[in-house]
Formats: sequence, C-alpha cells, structure tokens
Amino acid sequence: MLLSAKGLTKSYGGVAVLSDLEVSLASGEIRALVGENGAGKSTLIKILSGAVVPDSGHVWIEDLLMPVGSPLESRERGLSIVYQELTLVPELTVAENIFLGRELGHPFLRRREMTRRAQELLSMLGLDLDASAIVRGLSIAQQQLVEVSRALAIDAKVLILDEPSATLSVTDVHKLFAVLRRLRGRGLAVIYVSHRLEEVFEIADTVTVLRDGRHVATSSIAGMTREGLIQQMVGRTVSEEFPPRAPILGRPVLEVEHLNVPPRVADVSLVVRSGEIVGLAGLVGAGRTSTALAMVGMLPSAGRVQLLGLPVHFRTPAEAISRGLVYVTEDRKGRGVFPDLSLGENIWITHMSGFTTAGLLSVRGARRGAEAAIRDFGIRTSGVDQRIGTLSGGNQQKALLARYLLEQPAVLILDEPTRGVDVGARAEIYKTMNHLTSLGLGILMISSDMLEILGMSDRIVVMREGRTVGERARHEATAESIMALSTAA
Amino acid sequence: MKLRRWLSAYAIFVALAVEFLLVSATTDTFFTEANLSNVLRQNTFAAILAAGMTFVVLTGGIDLSVGSVVGLSGVICADMLAKGHGLPPAIAAGLLVGVLVGLVNGLAVTELRVPAFVVTLAMMLIVRGAAFKYTDARTVTGLPAQFAILSDGATAAVIMAGVYGLSWLVLMRSVLGRHVYAIGGNLQAAWLAGVRVPRTQLVVYAVCGFCAGLAGVLVASRLSAGYPRAGEYYELDAVAAVVVGGTSLFGGRGSIWGTLAGAFFIGILNNALNLFHVSTYDQLIVKGVVLLAATSLDRWRER
Repeated sequence: MLLSAKGLTKSYGGVAVLSDLEVSLASGEIRALVGENGAGKSTLIKILSGAVVPDSGHVWIEDLLMPVGSPLESRERGLSIVYQELTLVPELTVAENIFLGRELGHPFLRRREMTRRAQELLSMLGLDLDASAIVRGLSIAQQQLVEVSRALAIDAKVLILDEPSATLSVTDVHKLFAVLRRLRGRGLAVIYVSHRLEEVFEIADTVTVLRDGRHVATSSIAGMTREGLIQQMVGRTVSEEFPPRAPILGRPVLEVEHLNVPPRVADVSLVVRSGEIVGLAGLVGAGRTSTALAMVGMLPSAGRVQLLGLPVHFRTPAEAISRGLVYVTEDRKGRGVFPDLSLGENIWITHMSGFTTAGLLSVRGARRGAEAAIRDFGIRTSGVDQRIGTLSGGNQQKALLARYLLEQPAVLILDEPTRGVDVGARAEIYKTMNHLTSLGLGILMISSDMLEILGMSDRIVVMREGRTVGERARHEATAESIMALSTAA
Repeated sequence: MKLRRWLSAYAIFVALAVEFLLVSATTDTFFTEANLSNVLRQNTFAAILAAGMTFVVLTGGIDLSVGSVVGLSGVICADMLAKGHGLPPAIAAGLLVGVLVGLVNGLAVTELRVPAFVVTLAMMLIVRGAAFKYTDARTVTGLPAQFAILSDGATAAVIMAGVYGLSWLVLMRSVLGRHVYAIGGNLQAAWLAGVRVPRTQLVVYAVCGFCAGLAGVLVASRLSAGYPRAGEYYELDAVAAVVVGGTSLFGGRGSIWGTLAGAFFIGILNNALNLFHVSTYDQLIVKGVVLLAATSLDRWRER
C-alpha cells in the first residue's frame, strides 16, 4: 500500500471526532472521502497531512512510519494537500507561488529558471496558464488549478483535495478531472473530499464513508448507487433526545422573498409562522449563515423581507433587534460572547437602556434581570460576576439565548444552536425552544446536524449553493430526502 | 492564570506604590511638599490627555493627534484672550477645537473606514500645521493675569480629578461606556448584540479630542502664552500612560484608574531621574525600556 493509517483517534474537549479509524490507499487510485458535516473528514486529512496530531494511531507512506504532526515532513515524503481555502499570494506570479518556500537560487532568485520550470509543469498538466501571470488577475478556477500544480510540483505521491469543486464551475471541474485522470495514469494516488455525490461517481475508483468519526464502509464505486451511499452517510435514526412538539401555528411572522446576498447567496425565499420552528438545512457553504446575517442587517442584501407583515430592510443589527428580529450566532467565540466581561454584562448588553435611570446604568436592576435569566435558562455559574469565558460551551450558549430573549423578540434565528454543547444543555435548549414557540415566537433554526433538523423542525427548508431548493413538512422528511436535496447537481 | 488576571488588574498600582516608597526612601528631596506639588502640577496635563486616550484605546483604536490638538487649542484660546474676548469664550473655543478634531477623526474612522492609526497620524500633521499657520509660527503673548489661575497646582488638580471622576462614571456606569468595552472586546459580537458601533466610536474620538482641547487650554494657562509647538510628543506620553496603566492596545480591557496610575508612574519616574541627576539622554533610554517592559507584560497576559 502506498498510504495506510491505523488506529487514528482524536477528540477535542472530550468529544471524539475520530475513533479508531483505518484507511489505506494504493498507487493510481482515486478515493472519494464522503460523510456528513462533522463526520471527521477534515480531521482525517489534517492528520494525514501532519497538521493535526492524533491522540493515537499511525500513518505510513510506502511502509515507512511517518512522524506525527509535521506538515513539512509529510510534504517531503510526497504527501501534498490542497485546502479548500486558497492559499496563494495574490501579488506574486504563478511561478513564484508554485516555488514559494522552495525558491531557486541563493541569494538572488533565478526568476527566469523558475518561470521556465513552472511553465513546463503547467503544460505537463495540460493547463493553459501563463507562469509569469500575476495570480490576482486569474479567475478562482485558475487559481485552484495553480494550487493543484503547486501541490504536484514537489513530486507528490499522494494528493489530497479538500472540496476543490466548491468554487469551480462545471467546465472547470472537468478540466480538473482531466488533470487528475492523467496523474492517475502516472501512479499518483488521490484522496478527493467532496459533498457533490455526482462528482464522486464520475471521478472516483473507490469511496470511503465516514460517520460520527467512524469508518462505515470502503467500497468500489462500481455497483454503488447514489441512494446506497446516502444511506451509509446518514445511517442514524431520530432518537429520544428531542422533546415532543405540538406546535400551534399562527400567521407568518417572517417572510423572505428572493433575498440576494452577494457573493454567496443568490435567491432565498422562505416563511416562518408564529409558533413554528423552521429548520434551514444544507451543506456548509450553502449560504445559510450569510442569509441570516443579511436579514439582521449585518451584510448588505437585496430582496424582500417582511417582519410581522411589514416590509423591513435593516441596515444594522441594532435596528433588527429593536423591531423584534434577533440572530444568535453559530460562532460563539468570534461573534457572540465578550470574553472579558462578566456573565451578567454579557446578558444585559443588548438591553441596557431598559436598566438605566437618568442615563446611568442601574446595576441593581440589571443584576436582577440577569439573575432571573440565569434561573430561567438554568445557567450553571457561581454568579452574575463570573467571567463568561470560564463557563462551558453549553452555559455560554444559554447566556447568549438569554441575552437576545431579554428583548422579547418576535422571531429568533438560531444558527447551530447546539454546536459544541453537551447533551444535558442540548436538551435544555430544545425545551426552551419549545417553550418559546408555545408563546408564539417563530424560530428559524440553521443546523448541520441532521438529527436536530429532523427532530426539532416543523418544516424543513433546504439551501444549496446560495439558493433555497425545496422544503419538506416534518412528517414527509427523511434524512435521505434532505441529504439528496442538499447535494443534488 | 489567576495570578495573571490579578497582575493585569493591579500591577500598575503595586508598581506605583513600590516606586513611590523607593524614591521616598532613597532621596531627601522627593517626599517634600514642594516637590510633590511640583510632580502633581507637571503631570496633570499628561494625565488628562491619557484619560481621553483611554476611551479610544479601549475600543481598540488610537489617537495620535492629541499632542497637536494641545498646540492648536492653546494658540486659539490664547489668541482670543490676547484680543480681549474674555475667559469663558476663549476657553470654550479651545475646547471646541478639540471636539471638532475628535469628530473629524471619528468620522474618518467610521465612515471612510481608514485605520485609526493612519487617520490620526494625518490629523497630527494637519492640526500641527494649522497651529503654526494660525500664529505665523509666533508665540501669542499678552494674556490676562487671571488666566494663569486655571493652571495653578490646586485648580489643575481639581480639574484633573473631575475628568477622572467623570470618565469613571461614563465608562463603568453608562450605556456608552459599557459599549466602549464591548466594541473593544469583540467587535462582531457588539454589532450583533445591537450596539450602535459607529456612533459609539464617534463619541469616543470626540471625548478624546475634548480632553486634548482641555489640556491645550491648561498648557496655555501654564505658559501664559499660546505656543504653537506646545504638546509635541504628548501623544506618545499619553499612549505610554494608558499602556503602562494596563489597558490592552487591542481594546476591551483596562481601567481609567490604571491610566491615572500609569501617568503618575511615568511622572514620578521622570521626577526621580531628575532628582538622581540622570542625564536627559539616559532618561529617554530608561523610559523606553519601561514602556517596552510594560507592553511585554501586556502580551504575556494575553496568552
């Protein structure tokens, strides 16, 4: 075997993301790696490339044990990776990017030699690119191909591509596939991570399915059906962890028509009724968070949004909050908490004007408000003065909910409400959501957790590549149908 | 971890106390009424500037134009006095100059989205140039005698105490002040929490400008003249006081009392170096080393 890995295990903060994983790969093989969001694909390729150190397990290339956690060493042994985000330096030429970190000539660059060799590499790959062009002027697709060329410039034996097609058009994807097939003929092994199943069927020889950090199956692509593959990826059933819902639906509280948020979101239409939880499903990168940020005025957008039957166009979240539309972020650390402020202050920050007398903050009033919220939401803390950064993820999430609910909104947008939250706190958040809808609130819940989408939503809207592409009522939705909508070509 | 938190909150007060005791013990000349009131008088201006700077730095910004504002506000105030306009309008004009420059800074930062460092660096040049142009690079003299009362030891100290008391009230107890901490602590979160970010930033630069205008008037009073070079390098002293006082240059963490302690820590350091007859050149080196040490402490705490 060209590449093999055994017993790979990794957990973050007590949560296992990979458990005892085993993979191997032969030369001249294109292997697709598929699985839901959070299945462990990224962690696996990061361990293989040396960017992440596993808790246990080993990787071999050509039967030689690889030292763990050394990206440089992995590269020198012939393992090359192209990440989803572009890592080119825009102001440099194609050739300079390809030779970045391995420049020819010392102390003076042999630029002509570098450009010549880069041009040779490009034409060998069948790419019609000028090695002396500045990268900034290239299209995204061309830049992606430069990334691939750079990965191959070091005599790679194994090439890992992490969702390379996410930014490519259909023609560009075919160009990339042509390059991959040519390389396969020369004995290169490829690991191709993708959410687009039709691509998997087109390019891959074999496919490995991961689910919840475990290896489900590795099989030849011949004889595999699309349905069979989705079945393997989803595999679970809705368990007991979701409290039963008996929604009483009222009139629409949030109506969105043809919302356009450049550059990611092209066309989103959806409705949330009073008392309803609408699940917004889709793959990472489908544009769900951008949609939510645009609705509350964090991103500029075009299209129609109606709140409680009135047309609105918010320019700042402050406006949205004052009119009853709040957004609770998926990114607690980056967009949620103020780590250096107390729990209390994190809760009352949006509602301070409600706790002021003569322009000054009435600390006693604010504390009483926060203490009530801490009780209502069951936040486990030593008190309002505890710094929020020292609380668990679940308790921080409850504090964020408390913050936005102090304003008594009409519509709540929850973005991944239980990401990084332990099981106990999860159940409490679900109960809170049920309680809120029973009071007439409408909830739009963005979630990448299929079980949560199926378990909590009254209706499920699916987004793909910046568009809403379909919806399913609770009773007709299955994991397979939602997954199929999320990934179809 | 605990130690770091504690240090970050109280290090400057401990340092100030140690410095005070040390200098008192090692010299006969420091702990005398005359010298102490001298230290107080010499540092009120810097302390007032640093108070305004604290607001800006807490949001994660910086204001390099304050030294130049001291110059312009001083010459305008002095010029009006020399032309016989009386104290109240002259002082008001000096303060207004500061607020206006602050508003321009704030608007450039929020509307043009230019980094605060660049905006206020440009304003530092523009405002200093304006001060020279306004007086033809001459010193404005012939000010009424009662103007000097403003900057005698006791009055200036009371004004400084007022500035700090008010700053504390605004920063800790007003909605505006808490929004200042929120913006510096997590800008994105502040937006999403409904904080009116641009408005808060605008006010913060105006506050800083006001403090600079006030310092300018006091410096003119002290000199009994409008001197267009007044306040050169004061912006650096103000930033140094804020940083030594434990406020993070990344924003979101720090206190107004820390800044006051920082300003006097540097003031007493200057005074002690003079009392020890350290040469001016060595003084610069010592101050630089202290600033570097204080900022490394800041980085160490951030880890």
